[in-house]
Amino acid sequence: MQPPQEITKITADMKGDARIVGGFKKLGDNIVLTSVDYLIKWARLSSLWPMTFGLACCAIEMMATGAPRYDLDRLGAGVFRPSPRQSDVMIVAGTVTLKMASRIKRLFEQMPEPRYVIAMGGCATCGGPYWNYGYHVLKGVDEVVPVDVYVPGCPPRPESLIEGIIQLQEKIREKETKLATEKGGAAPGEKA
Amino acid sequence: MTDEQIARRLQERFGYRILEYNTAGPTPFCKVSPGAIAAVCEYLRDDPDLRFDSCMCVSGVDYGKDLGVVYHLHSMSKRHKCVLHVDLPREDPHVPTVSHIWSTADWHEREAYDLFGVVFDGHPDLRRILLPDDWEGYPLRKDYVTPEYYNGMRVAFNEEKQGKHGGSWRGEIYLTEEER
Repeated sequence: MQPPQEITKITADMKGDARIVGGFKKLGDNIVLTSVDYLIKWARLSSLWPMTFGLACCAIEMMATGAPRYDLDRLGAGVFRPSPRQSDVMIVAGTVTLKMASRIKRLFEQMPEPRYVIAMGGCATCGGPYWNYGYHVLKGVDEVVPVDVYVPGCPPRPESLIEGIIQLQEKIREKETKLATEKGGAAPGEKA
Repeated sequence: MTDEQIARRLQERFGYRILEYNTAGPTPFCKVSPGAIAAVCEYLRDDPDLRFDSCMCVSGVDYGKDLGVVYHLHSMSKRHKCVLHVDLPREDPHVPTVSHIWSTADWHEREAYDLFGVVFDGHPDLRRILLPDDWEGYPLRKDYVTPEYYNGMRVAFNEEKQGKHGGSWRGEIYLTEEER
């Protein structure tokens, strides 16, 4: 059997005897080829475990999104974890007070990399209705943690949150090129 | 008992320490001298005809010139209500606690202390309840000035973010000439 040609980049126009499904190249019945990078990203975006982080009314919509009618499990993102150590994405759902802001930063730092943040609703995005007169409200969670996706709405409907999670998945699939190992240092066998 | 009957009972019992019975507003209330509030509350709870067994709310109020504390009381068994007002000087607002009479008042008084700076003398654990412990000032007072930074976090809205979140912000139409 001839060794398969090395796949550097997988595109939709790679046709031939092999069938390409997504980023996977299927050879025969039992062999699937893909790049490690693609496989890791695929695994990563397919099981985004959110941290339970409901702060205000947005949390009600987040709960509805996780419930059977909207069913966040379809995206692999329905496993809400009570611990930051087990979570991949923090959905900041609600008003971030100044008292909470330092806790959010600490919880974010406790999450293992790669970690993502979705700012859900107007409050978490820019302070929402408290943008001017809220002495106690942080004007956007991006003041303390890096935000990947902003979901507008007050509160956003579950469809919006699902769209936000899909956008985050797209971001991981398209924009992210480095592996997790490279974030904290060089991957094995590579120069730093 | 009606509001008027309750007020009369209080006036008979405490005399000049019930400063006023006010019926001008939608809810009639008795204005009580600050020093007598604990004794009045204890009487209201223990008197067999009154039996105010529930303290519904203890609120702080900023009237502009003075501060105040408002007590909303309710009797489950007698099914009547009563409102007490206390006026306090802005500079040094002190009032005796009623937390030993109704334990509900404990956290309510802490909230009034937290947001208005009213000091409840004799309270077992008078510290902030909602705001962080290192917060300065009492935010619901009318003369409170919002700090620019809290622990290195910017409190005011960052104008530079407007462009970042896309679209033009049209909130200006709600601002007065002065605020603009």
